[in-house]
Order: sequence, then structure tokens, then C-alpha cells
Amino acid sequence: MAACSIEDVLAKAEQDEAEKLKSITVQKELDLEFDIGNLVAYDKNRIDIRQFREQKKEDFLRSLARDNTQLLVNEIWKHPTERVEEVIVVKLPEPTTPLPREKPPPKPRPPTKWEEFAKLKGIQKKKKTNLVWDDVAKNELHRLRNIARAQKIKVPGVGLTPTAQQSKTDLARAVNVAKSSTASAGKFQDRLPKEKAPRNTGKKRKFQPVIGNFSNEKQRQLDLLKVMDSKKPRLDVNKAVNKQMREDDREESAAKFKKGGKKGRKGGNFSGKGKGGGGKGKGKGRAGGKGQGPPSGKKGAGKPGKH
Amino acid sequence: MQKLLEKKVKVQYVPCKKANTKRAKRFLDNRAPKLTENIKNAMIMKGGNTSMTVTQALKDIYALKKPSAVLYKKKNITRPFEDSTSLEFFSKKTDSSLFLFGSHNKKRPNNLIFGRLFDFHVLDMIELGIEKYISLSDIKSSKCPEGTKPMLVFAGEAFDHENDHKRLKSLLTDFFRGPVVPSVRLAGLEHVLHFTALEGKIYMRSYRSLLKKSGCRTPRIELEEIGPSFDFILRRTHLASDDLYKTAHRQPKALKPKKKKNISHDTFGTKFGRLHMQKQDLAKLQTRKMKGLRKRRGPAAAAAAVVEGETSPKTTEVE
Repeated sequence: MAACSIEDVLAKAEQDEAEKLKSITVQKELDLEFDIGNLVAYDKNRIDIRQFREQKKEDFLRSLARDNTQLLVNEIWKHPTERVEEVIVVKLPEPTTPLPREKPPPKPRPPTKWEEFAKLKGIQKKKKTNLVWDDVAKNELHRLRNIARAQKIKVPGVGLTPTAQQSKTDLARAVNVAKSSTASAGKFQDRLPKEKAPRNTGKKRKFQPVIGNFSNEKQRQLDLLKVMDSKKPRLDVNKAVNKQMREDDREESAAKFKKGGKKGRKGGNFSGKGKGGGGKGKGKGRAGGKGQGPPSGKKGAGKPGKH
Repeated sequence: MQKLLEKKVKVQYVPCKKANTKRAKRFLDNRAPKLTENIKNAMIMKGGNTSMTVTQALKDIYALKKPSAVLYKKKNITRPFEDSTSLEFFSKKTDSSLFLFGSHNKKRPNNLIFGRLFDFHVLDMIELGIEKYISLSDIKSSKCPEGTKPMLVFAGEAFDHENDHKRLKSLLTDFFRGPVVPSVRLAGLEHVLHFTALEGKIYMRSYRSLLKKSGCRTPRIELEEIGPSFDFILRRTHLASDDLYKTAHRQPKALKPKKKKNISHDTFGTKFGRLHMQKQDLAKLQTRKMKGLRKRRGPAAAAAAVVEGETSPKTTEVE
């Protein structure tokens, strides 16, 4: 009894499946060709002209279209799907029908001026390795420095012992250190025509703690007020005199250069040097004067001093 | 003296496209030849004389092809089959490589010319005459949203056997296919354009496909006619020569899929890979040490082991 019912159940299941599939299967003589990338189907079957004439044209065409579309949809549903933001999309393959392009394929660009120059000189692109500062090594470095300080061994300062792959900042620092290691602390070192004066060198400023010695702070603030109050300009006569002398020298050399330049260009080298030196001195002098009082007052005081 | 005079050559002033702003540069780069091209724009225009049918037909096809189409309102008195210079000029202006030209005269009533260009020169032109036409507005039904990618079906043996029909098939695919996308929303496959070639005529119908539940994953399709319906008859054609057609199809090398090296498949479908390594000294290979499998040097060694075992009772050797 049970066996009979199982057979019946199986038979019924098979029938159901067949019916379900019937709704989406289409009988065609020749299989259609598909180009799913473009969502196109090509039906090469012969169309029965008699049937076309017997039936109403529209109905015939519609049933033909329905069958073909069913087959196309069956083919599309065979492709993998994925879920993108609550929407199910089917991933289409590349289109297979060859269609002509709109414009011819792009031509390779002509090499730029730099590329030509590099080819001429044989310069190749060098990839810089990403050297990152190693924290472990930093500890080691500090430890050795402390030891050196304790034992009063002289350690070369920053930038003087070159390592491989120096960055731009390292090189700049080394240059600055070298420049200022002269007898006059780099004051009379010439600069390249467009080189700018380094502004971040020098000792770091030391700030007093925020809340500390109250009396000290009060004293300092009172002194500051006193200085601001006083009508007399704070003048360092020596410095002012030197500055004035330097300015006069510069003016003279500039005048000489102008004369020399008008006559002939042979003295070009020298004039460049003089101008560079003069320019530098001017800048330094101005920087030195900023800490002092207003420049106009100083000048007046300077001139009688010179005479 | 003559040499100096000869050197003075008249140079024609050719305005070259130079971009002063970034926006202009982007605009020109968009229109420049590229590896993967933009979707083809279509320009839809009227000829010297047009009938109501033709004007309505042009409007309907513009609605199908929106937004990558431009519909010109004014009439252009040109004959594409004789002189295509004005077409080429318009295509350069609007960066369009497809066109549809509608006209009407006694000899060729309700004429539509479908055409495409390559490098702003005419590639193919096919003239179709409208015999019967039902417009979008005449068929009362809800339409598909603008810009849906349609499914195209070409039925009939003529599309496979006859040269003219083959080109027409390619041109219609180009015209109506829409943007090339890597994936499509399954529920958005609504629009179907069906072309049937029968007895020298081409029937174009546009349906909206309804996806009904079937027992399994793939839905059952029911169609509802929405769009314009045309009964075309094939008239004149101007097809590109074979070598021009070949040049137009040439793809740049960069688009060819890169072959993955060192991967091979055998007949069973198993994937094999190849690793290239440096020469290894197999004698010095570091493997797992298993004491029990260590090589014994012979009976002498065994005797030595036994002696060892006797003299040192503490060590327990497991052999």
C-alpha cells in the first residue's frame, strides 16, 4: 500500500515538474544564436508564410516575438547573478557581435620635451625605496648619543655623516650646517642667485612653564611694560654703526657695478659676486635691526656717530 | 631673389582645437578617440519635404533613443545619397556617429535613411520606406522608462542570407542597443524590439515584457505592445567598401584580453600553475626530522648502540 502511494507521489512530482518547465520551454527547429553582451537574439528559423497570412498579422508577430523573447530570457537567466544594494543584477559577458568603431583607435602621443631629453641623455626613472625611520633604531641612536654625552666624546652633528638615500630636508640641513661652520658663523657666505635665507635654523626657543614662579613672571612683565613705556629707543650704538658702514659700502659697490656694467660686460662675474654679497648683507642687517627700535630713529642717530 | 619669393607660401588658417581651461580640456578629451568608446550619439533630422507620418516617426524613434540622440527641428535641404558633406559637418559638431534622415517626396514616400559614420565620414546608409505606421501615442499603454536597455530580436532567414539585410541587422543593433554595461538589473529587462524579415519587408514591433511567475527561477514572458510599430520596405543602400568596413572594425591592441601566464588546464578541467624557482641543493633540504627513520650505518653501528645502551642505563633509547 505504502509502496503504491510512493510511486504515485513520485509520478505526480514528475508531472508537476514537466508542467512547470512547459511554461518556459519553446519548441524551435533551429536553436537561436545569442549575443548576451548586447542582449540580442538571432532567430534563423524559416517563417511559415501561410501561417502568417492565415492568422492575423499582429497576433502572429506577437506570438513569434513572445517565443523568441522567452528563449532570450532563458539564456540570460543562465548567467551568474549577484546582489548589489538590494537589487539582483545579472553579470553580462562581453558583446560578441563585431560592430564598427566610432572613431579610429587613438594614436600614441608624441613624447614630451622631458621624455625626449631623458631618452637623449639616457636618464632612467629610478624608483626611490620607501625607507621608513625605524623606531628600534631610533632608540639605539639615542642610547649611543647619551653614552657619548656622558663620556664627553665628540659626536658629529646632524647631516655631517651622510647615509644613503638622503632626503631633500637632510641635504638642506647639511648644507646649512656647512655654511654656518665658518669663522664668522656664515655671515659672509655667498648665496646662489635665487637661494633663500634659511629661517628655521638656530636654537629652539625656550618657553617658561605656564604656571610656575609667580614673582618671576610679574617681574618680567613689569620690565616689559617699562621698556614699552620709555620714549628713548633701545639702541645698540655699536651694532647701528656697523650696520650703517656696511650699507654705505654696499651702495658704493653697487654704484661701481653700474658704471662697470654700462662700460662693458666683461666684469660680469665680479659684479654678480659683489651684488650677491651686498644683497645678503642687506638682508642680515635688516634682520638684526628688527629686534631694535624703529629704524628711522636709528639711522638718524647712526649718521652723526659715523662722522 | 626668386628663391626668397618661392619661400613665401600661403598657409591656410586652420583653427586647431586648443583648450585654455580644464573644463574645455575635459570636453575635448571626451570627444577624442579612445580605447573604449562612448555610447554612439544619433542625430535625427528632417529633409526638404516631410509628411506627418515621417515627422511623427522621427519623434517616436527619438523617444526610443533618448538621451543619446539629438532631434533637429529645422528642415535640411540635402540629399544624403548624393552629398553627405552637411551630414558630416553636423556629426562633427554634435559628436554623433549615427543618423536618421526622414524625407517625403512623390517618388519615395515616407522615407527614412538610417546611417552611421566612421571618423566623421559616412560608412553605411540604408533607406527604408514606411508602409504602415502606428505611433507611440496611438497605442494606449504604459510605456517603459526612458533609457532602458532594450532586448533585440532579429527573426527571419533574410537576416542571415542576404548581404543588405546583414548590414541592416548590424546597423539596427548599433542604433538601438544602448550603452554597453557589465551587468543589468534583472527586473529592468522590460523593453523588447522585435525585427522580422519576411517577403522583402521588415516588420518592427516594440513590446513591453512582463515577467510572470513560472514554477522555476526563470520567469515566463508575456508581451504587451507599447511602442511604435513599423512596416518597412528596403529601398536603396549605400554600404561601405570591404576594406573601409574592415578598418572601422580594427580594435586597438590594448583591448585584447591579457593572457595569464603559467596557468594551464588539462582535459579534466583541473587548473595547473607553474612556479619558477632557483636551483635548490636537495642534499641540504630542511625537512622534518623523524628520529626513528634515521639511517643506521650497519651492524657495527648496531653493536655500538648496544654498547651505549649497556654503559648508560639511564638513557632510554626507543628504537
